[in-house]
Amino acid sequence: MKHISKTADFILLGCFALAVALGPFIFAPIGAGYPDLLQKFAIYGIFAIGFNILFGLTGYLSFGHAAFLGVGSYAAVWSFKLVSMELLPAIGLSVLLAGLLALAIGFVSLRRSGIYFSILTLAFAQMCYNMAYSVLTPITNGETGLRVLRTDPRYLDSALGYSAKMPTLFGLEITGWTGYYICGVVLIAAFGLSNAIFRSPFGMTLRAIKSNQNRMGYTGFNSRPYLLSAFVMSGMFAGLAGALLAATDPLAGAERMQWTASGEVVLMTILGGAGTLLGPVIGTGIIKYFENIFSAYNETMLSAMFSFVPDGVREPLVKFMSLFVGDGWQLTLGLIFMAVVIFLPGGVMEGVMRLFRVKHTPRVRSLGDSPQRDMLGESIIEEMPSDYDSSGAHKHPAKNNVTPVAP
Amino acid sequence: MSQRKTTLDRRTILKAGAGGALALAAPMSFIRGAWADDFCNMPKGSTVTFGFNIPLTGPYADEGNDELRAYQLAVKHLNGEGDGGMLKTMKPLALKGNGVLGKKVAFVSGDTQTKADAARASAKRMIEKDGAVMITGGSSSAEAVAVQSLCHDIGVIFMAGLTHSNDTTGKDKRAYGFRHFFNAYMSGVALGPVLAEAYGKDRAAYHLTADYTWGWTQEESIKDATEKQGWKTIKAVRTPLGAGDFSQYITPVLNSGADVLILNHYGKDMINSLTQAVQFGLREKMANGKKFEIVVPLFSELMAQGAGENIKGIIGTANWDWKLEDEATRAFTKSFGAAYGTPPSQAAQTCYVQAILYADACERAGTFNPTQVIKALEGFEFDGLGNGKTLYRGADHQCFKDVLVVQGKDNPKDKYDLLNIKKIVAAKDVTYDPAIFGGELGSSEAKKC
Repeated sequence: MKHISKTADFILLGCFALAVALGPFIFAPIGAGYPDLLQKFAIYGIFAIGFNILFGLTGYLSFGHAAFLGVGSYAAVWSFKLVSMELLPAIGLSVLLAGLLALAIGFVSLRRSGIYFSILTLAFAQMCYNMAYSVLTPITNGETGLRVLRTDPRYLDSALGYSAKMPTLFGLEITGWTGYYICGVVLIAAFGLSNAIFRSPFGMTLRAIKSNQNRMGYTGFNSRPYLLSAFVMSGMFAGLAGALLAATDPLAGAERMQWTASGEVVLMTILGGAGTLLGPVIGTGIIKYFENIFSAYNETMLSAMFSFVPDGVREPLVKFMSLFVGDGWQLTLGLIFMAVVIFLPGGVMEGVMRLFRVKHTPRVRSLGDSPQRDMLGESIIEEMPSDYDSSGAHKHPAKNNVTPVAP
Repeated sequence: MSQRKTTLDRRTILKAGAGGALALAAPMSFIRGAWADDFCNMPKGSTVTFGFNIPLTGPYADEGNDELRAYQLAVKHLNGEGDGGMLKTMKPLALKGNGVLGKKVAFVSGDTQTKADAARASAKRMIEKDGAVMITGGSSSAEAVAVQSLCHDIGVIFMAGLTHSNDTTGKDKRAYGFRHFFNAYMSGVALGPVLAEAYGKDRAAYHLTADYTWGWTQEESIKDATEKQGWKTIKAVRTPLGAGDFSQYITPVLNSGADVLILNHYGKDMINSLTQAVQFGLREKMANGKKFEIVVPLFSELMAQGAGENIKGIIGTANWDWKLEDEATRAFTKSFGAAYGTPPSQAAQTCYVQAILYADACERAGTFNPTQVIKALEGFEFDGLGNGKTLYRGADHQCFKDVLVVQGKDNPKDKYDLLNIKKIVAAKDVTYDPAIFGGELGSSEAKKC
């Protein structure tokens, strides 16, 4: 039984940290090497990592995670307004409030599974969104968005005689590259934590719930507390991401809680590869890249790009291509998403693994469950029949007719 | 069994944390100070980059697209291409038609999605990545207020596009932000007497208001102005931006005892709410023994096109209209029409003018240094940009010029000839004391970014 060892985990974490550290240089050639976008990569990466703990491990598809992100943002901005411009109290408050909201929503929603669970979470998130827009406007400032003002009290700051114009971490302003590296450190920590959860017995339990919840029940295992913990945890990750979002740009708007924002994190996770460690981060990168860079292309830039093409062809080519950039960026994203889901159902990570021919976990399929492709979470293999490895199953993973795990 | 091996213990986590922090700290030392300039995004090469931040999607997308067209035209004219548009009519004019301070004007654009969040992200991208020396555009006051404070903090001048909230140059004004468009207060002052004259002094109004900074201030201003004329306000209901379906808000109007419906909506929202109000038969109703009326305090040709038949006879205000008779308006309408085949909207005009005014101020200041440019814009008086004599007031960075009261035409000649200019209210009549809205500009010192 081969096992991905602790060393391999550390190498992965090390490589990940290195990639984050060198982000500005890695992303510069594709035009993404500027602080604001890299901050978004890191922050939404944390959001997607948290979402993946729920969706990737338990298979419960929450369609309302943006609510936790939004609550985190609002909590952080209120902390900047009332307590201090320091990041730590803001993070504490955001994570706490997001966790509490997740506890409440999860407690109700997790009584159902499958589509009913998704719809319940979606309904709760839309409720939060609409409340932020209507009855809660004194707290959220509605469409205008909640902002940090010069005249805010900031009781802790004024008591300590400390003053800052922007949110800070130990006096360091969270803007530009400093902001990126602060978010980056949190991203690495979140990645490490998610890695630890994936490897822990708790993570194993969650996977077991995904592969067959009924059987868990029959063996006398009460799965709901585990599900609820996973739900709260991923809600807290989202709250953390929301706090960082508010710290890098102290403005919280209700649109952060809209269902499209919830859908976005689902797309990120699926695009990158649900249930894998790196997948959600990669998916985040792709979606945020499209949203920020592709949406900014215009016809002038396109004609400059295609200047090598003869004039007669260039005009229609540019016209055609401009459908896919600028405000058509979502169209391109949609096409890519379709291609990924059809040809690489395991997300970009499946593509990467096929490319490098990395041996990965054979699909574990039970009762219509989604495939598990976790190059690093091979603990699952231990439950597989021993002759499975030698059958050459990994060579043609897509065509392979997979045996369900049966006792 | 092997599960113990797979968990992380405290020591290893600490070790990894320390290692990670070290790896992260390393690049900080050589990245910092990479952008050392005299001021943020000082143009170095032979071009200067403007950032156009406009909504290409969302409820105000029509305006955003028209704004982008106007900006592209402005860039052409600044670089001495095309027929020159309003550069031929502007007085005084420092620009020479060879770009700005000898540098060719280039531009980048971004989609704000009619959301404050996205608008800030897009502005940040243009400042951080593309090196835009000035940000301009936007079609919602929420965007304008959000982007203005962002630009102020970074140290890049923001020339607001279409934004009508009193807050933009009122309590949320910033030293780095400038607005050419008029505001809700001016709309109220201009509209009040006209409404009293058209519909009488004994009216009861019901407001439907877009629930954000613009809607709030417009509701307040119109309420004040109409109550001064003797009107009563029955109720003011807030509706979310981009609601799409307003029927639930319109149904209660009929039995509320009101005889005027005031729609503080803009863009697609206004098209939807007005269309539904008309479909519900509000305009044929009698209430309190009077004919029921609908008022849209701020409207534009683009919205009139969207609302079609329903706009007929509706009274509102506008910043500018392409049917004005002055030379500048004719020159701009001609050059916009030649380029795009449609007359420009008021959003297009205000954005075009903002880009030209910024470029002209740089030329006069002799530098792109924001402190000097702000000084050049403050208190600047000009003419020949379509609104007659205009002043950029130094105290709040608001332009003062004539306000148009417009009415939907009963018999339009074609699909662009929809509005009738009912009255032109002189600039001096809508001028107010900057102190009434509070707020402060803050420092205009140049910053490095």
